[in-house]
Amino acid sequence: MRQNFASPRVGGMVALALVIALLPVGLSNNYFYDVAILVGLNAIVCVGLNLLIGYAGQISLGHAGFYGLGAYGSAILSSRYGWPPLLSMLSATLVVAALAFVVGRPILRLKGHYLAMATLGLGVIIFMVIATEDKLTGGPDGMSVVAFKIGSFALREAQLWYWVVGALLLAAVWLALNLIDSPAGRALRALHGSEVGAEVLGIDAARHKLMVFVISAVFASVAGSLNAHFSGFITPSKVTFLHSIELVTMVVFGGMASTFGAVVGAAALTVLPQFLTVLKDYEMMVFGALMMGTMIFMPRGVVPSLARLFAPRRRPEGERKPGSEGAA
Amino acid sequence: MSLLRVENLSKEFGGVHAVEGLNYEIQPGAVHSIIGPNGAGKTTLLNMLTGVYIPSDGRIIFEEHDLTGLAPFEYAAHGIARTFQNLQVFFNMSALENVMVGRYLHERCGLASALLRFPRLARAERACRDEAAELMRYVGLQDYLSTASTAMPYGALKRLEIARALATQPRLILLDEPAAGLNPTEALDLDVLIGRLTERGITVVLVEHNMRLVMGVSDHILVLDYGRKLAEGAAAAVRNDPRVIEAYLGSSVASDGAAASAGSAASAASAASAASGGGQADLRGTSH
Amino acid sequence: MSAQFMPQFMQYLLSGLTVGAIYALVALGFSIIFNASHVINFAQGEFVMIGGMATVSLSAAEVPLGLAIPLAVAAVVLVGLALEKFAVEPARGASVITLIIITIGASIFLRGLATLVWDKQLHVLKAFSGDAPIAVAGATLLPQSLWVFGITLAIVLALSWFFGRTLLGKAMLATSHNRLAAQLVGINVRHVLLLSYGMSAALGAIAGILIAPISFTTYDVGVMLGLKGFAAAILGGLGSGVGAVVGGIVLGVAESMSAGYVSSAYKDAIALVITLAVLFFMPSGLFGKRGGERV
Ligand SMILES: Nc1ncnc2c1ncn2[C@@H]1O[C@H](COP(=O)(O)OP(=O)(O)OP(=O)(O)O)[C@@H](O)[C@H]1O
Ligand SMILES: [Mg+2]
Repeated sequence: MRQNFASPRVGGMVALALVIALLPVGLSNNYFYDVAILVGLNAIVCVGLNLLIGYAGQISLGHAGFYGLGAYGSAILSSRYGWPPLLSMLSATLVVAALAFVVGRPILRLKGHYLAMATLGLGVIIFMVIATEDKLTGGPDGMSVVAFKIGSFALREAQLWYWVVGALLLAAVWLALNLIDSPAGRALRALHGSEVGAEVLGIDAARHKLMVFVISAVFASVAGSLNAHFSGFITPSKVTFLHSIELVTMVVFGGMASTFGAVVGAAALTVLPQFLTVLKDYEMMVFGALMMGTMIFMPRGVVPSLARLFAPRRRPEGERKPGSEGAA
Repeated sequence: MSLLRVENLSKEFGGVHAVEGLNYEIQPGAVHSIIGPNGAGKTTLLNMLTGVYIPSDGRIIFEEHDLTGLAPFEYAAHGIARTFQNLQVFFNMSALENVMVGRYLHERCGLASALLRFPRLARAERACRDEAAELMRYVGLQDYLSTASTAMPYGALKRLEIARALATQPRLILLDEPAAGLNPTEALDLDVLIGRLTERGITVVLVEHNMRLVMGVSDHILVLDYGRKLAEGAAAAVRNDPRVIEAYLGSSVASDGAAASAGSAASAASAASAASGGGQADLRGTSH
Repeated sequence: MSAQFMPQFMQYLLSGLTVGAIYALVALGFSIIFNASHVINFAQGEFVMIGGMATVSLSAAEVPLGLAIPLAVAAVVLVGLALEKFAVEPARGASVITLIIITIGASIFLRGLATLVWDKQLHVLKAFSGDAPIAVAGATLLPQSLWVFGITLAIVLALSWFFGRTLLGKAMLATSHNRLAAQLVGINVRHVLLLSYGMSAALGAIAGILIAPISFTTYDVGVMLGLKGFAAAILGGLGSGVGAVVGGIVLGVAESMSAGYVSSAYKDAIALVITLAVLFFMPSGLFGKRGGERV
């Protein structure tokens, strides 16, 4: 990499790596590790989802479905059929990629609220299948999942999971940053800006939308599989419409079209509910009010809004973070 | 041999014949203008010539390839580029990135290479950035190299679209009202820019209401009215065609008052009376 | 078997039409707000829930139904107006997705509020006029279904009169087509927006009250009903009144038929599959405006 270390790409990666490396100093017990791992897994989903929503401008209200398929696919193959967990996870990922590829083309022809409805519908259908096919999935009661094993080495301690998830998150962020700064990534952002404008420059908009849809589904699926093996038990609650909304909210809260924003959003909205539980009966109300409030006062999300607040006008040439201006 | 040829081209929108039975040829290396009153079908024609609209009838032949029914990105791949009457700038990207997008066809990379950022791609990216910057200077946007597109004035955005279209290395470029909304000096600069495009060997199709610009640069003019070809030929011949004057000014041709109050038609009239002897005298026939 | 077929089919059809009418009302609520502001109000389902819950608790407090219903509707209208004023209006000009999240935040807020004001129990409202089933072509119909049909029909007629014949209604449609032009001819756009939220809230509340005697009412009934209403509005074509009604009925009947003939576990899934299938062939729904942007 002969990349300039001061560029936001590399600088951000280094900062994120430092946070991941230093965080355990402050994690005093296993509960904190559990939350941190959850943050990491959600962040992986959001980094992928942000490619779709923030950069390519295509709404999805159904990504919990892909998350759930990854989780249940891996769980069923490993725990019911005895496949090695790694192979189960990869197979589930492949199935999800294939599904996203097949349904993606007709769905992504839709625009705006129609696209929102179609993805929402897809997610709900997946949920219903998972909740209904109880012989395979345990139905609403959920099912237990074997520990993640590679060969004879079982991944059990939260500390170990932390490093694995941290490394995967870094990898996900790195892949996303690379994609965004490549010709394909520019094509995605362009078709967000103006689909016809992109097409007349030679960009096959449908193909690019499909590509990023599949990528985001794969990110969600992998995170779902890992979550299943990490927590050892899954229920359909992670596959609901509401979970899809939570994921989208994380992306928008952090700041659309900002990869680090997606990570921040995932962290904030994963940690926040842990604190809100002390509010007991008021939890839902406060959560809803916070959702409304941040979106009303920071419609661009936290990271771009803060960046705007703190960054002076001076911006070195070409170092502007691509697409950080957010989406209309 | 013509660069592009349309045969019996038609486009209908629920009963409205935006373009009807048009036969038209574009010769390589020349500047072709398309003029006509508002709603004449000029933009619709450009939309068909770039695959944005699929014709209701007729054929589009470019360099002897039948492109009828292809998608816009395929037209681009064949070497046709365009700008838009209603700006289609990517406002979520910087000015320079807008032009870099235009390099897409010549800088393709596989998904793996994009995700893993192979060194080859990093090199290509630097080259792409340099070429985009070069194109921005070429169209006179050297002051906006590090500007967000949202922070650019209208006139600069119009040029940005031209730079972006040029980045595709087209053989044919279609400009939809590039002078609209520009101040007179900016509009004047366009003459020069269009001239330089032809020097690069790019064939230009210019849709414009600004008659001074049209008369100054065109080798050939097509006049559309209600979707049909009203006249075509060399600039001088078209300018003096009574049917053209009639279409622009209505029946009160002679009246100066009517001409002065007729908006863009006024510029047509003044250009028609002021300018004389632009363009060559090869009259390709004023059909229909 | 064949002797059984007709009555059974009738039974499914009647129950499908009943829920379909409810979906239609919810979908109309979506359409009215969408027309006025191009916003999809994901809190629409909460209007339904609050309408049902409020009526249940009022009638539990011995308030006669004839008074409880208007009171409940009025309360929900206030909620709708507050939603517009305090959540949607301040975010004007935000992106589609931001507005979706704001209204979803509002729906979570309202649901949380409902668990405080009421509880998380299932409630049931007494039918408006008894439970004695009426025989129709071998099938049975609950009197409450007649209420559902009658009131839905009355509302649909009233709305088509309002948007087709009155100045105010036409003004609301004008706003949806061109906000600036509406302003120029003196339409107060802010009032139109408030009105649209008030009307949608009322429609939602009425739907919730109508269905409360048929199915249970609880703090989260709005989630599924809102979803179905949204699906119906999309299926019919966003912004189209006819579309909303047709979409609702199609969805309701499809659901009831699949529950009867295929699998009750998958009835919702089948209804959604039908919606998606229609969208694949008609990307703007059955009656939605065709055609993309002009360039
Ligand atoms: N997408 C569309 N749907 C319906 N009608 C259309 C569409 N595009 C163009 N039209 C109609 O076709 C006719 C020609 O329009 P067009 O935009 O091609 O005119 P034009 O010559 O470019 O006019 P102007 O000089 O104002 O740009 C007009 O009547 C217009 O209303
Ligand atoms: Mg035009």
